[in-house]
Amino acid sequence: MKDDELVTMTEKQKRARRSRSIAIGLALAVLVVLFYFATIAKFGPAILDRPL
Amino acid sequence: MALVENNRLDDAGFRISEATAADYVALLKPRVMSLVVFTAFVGLVAAPVTLNPLLAVIAILAIAIGAGASGALNMWYDADIDAVMTRTANRPVPSGRVRPGEALAFGLVLSVLSVLTLGVLVNWLSASLLAFTIFFYVVVYTMWLKRSTPQNIVIGGAAGAFPPMIGWAAATGSVGLESVILFLITFLWTPPHFWALALFKCEDYARAGIPMMPNVVGAASTRRQIFAYTLLVAPVGVLPWFFGFTSAGYGLVAAALGAGFIWYAWNVLAMRDGDRAMKPAKAMFAYSLLYLFGIFAAYLADSVLARALALPGA
Repeated sequence: MKDDELVTMTEKQKRARRSRSIAIGLALAVLVVLFYFATIAKFGPAILDRPL
Repeated sequence: MALVENNRLDDAGFRISEATAADYVALLKPRVMSLVVFTAFVGLVAAPVTLNPLLAVIAILAIAIGAGASGALNMWYDADIDAVMTRTANRPVPSGRVRPGEALAFGLVLSVLSVLTLGVLVNWLSASLLAFTIFFYVVVYTMWLKRSTPQNIVIGGAAGAFPPMIGWAAATGSVGLESVILFLITFLWTPPHFWALALFKCEDYARAGIPMMPNVVGAASTRRQIFAYTLLVAPVGVLPWFFGFTSAGYGLVAAALGAGFIWYAWNVLAMRDGDRAMKPAKAMFAYSLLYLFGIFAAYLADSVLARALALPGA
């Protein structure tokens, strides 16, 4: 396999990918925090009150 | 040979994306979204039931994302006409930064996510209204009405008018007369707002082949219709006070804002046929934004004040 057959990203493409990656990471982190606290807010302490 | 070793790019359609996060944010139409967030917030706060603050934030966020998703789906479908209009040519899809399929996937995923989030965490009535709003904006307005009738934004305006009703439904689990009036205000406000824009962007719309009112029936008839709708929306803006939902303070502000709206519409009506600068239409467009913001801000302030004064000891 010759090197020139591989995909070589330009600087602009690398910057764009990094920007998208950071945004996806932040969005996922926000969703995790939101759903965690929303679960507590929605169910309250009763969420722990279940048969084991 | 394993698939993973196949890293040759024989597909001529393949291209590495140069879209940044900002391009995806632009797909959500943030300026439209800000108006949706504000009106939904007013509907939610003005409702007689107080939602848990975190769930209220999630409800507003879900409504905002749902509105943004419908914006992305609109940009996916309308990329062809956006490309020929100066106002929209630099949007992410027509400019080539985001591919149509990417915009479609983005819009669909966010639509489903926002509706499910609202349904599971808040209530299913508000989620159903949000789903209907997305459907109405994308399918009824964008795919059907926009390219086929000059009444496009009159009927399609319903999509932009639902958010306060969704906010109200998120808090109460029902649809009250108050939220129907808030819906009506935005619904009747939409034609004068968009037709004022269409008057001075007439050539843009004509190039794109969109049958906006000025292109179909002419500027003179559009100016008369702008005036007629303004005469309707001004008194409807005062209805919340008339029905006793707000104080006279709101009624006065709404009446003053409505009188201003009619004054601007009168100036548009009196505009000469050959007026190229169209200053009255531009002023009307700017004032229409101020009007809607003012009405909802006054409604919000009135609700918050009424609640604060009703507190024991106040």
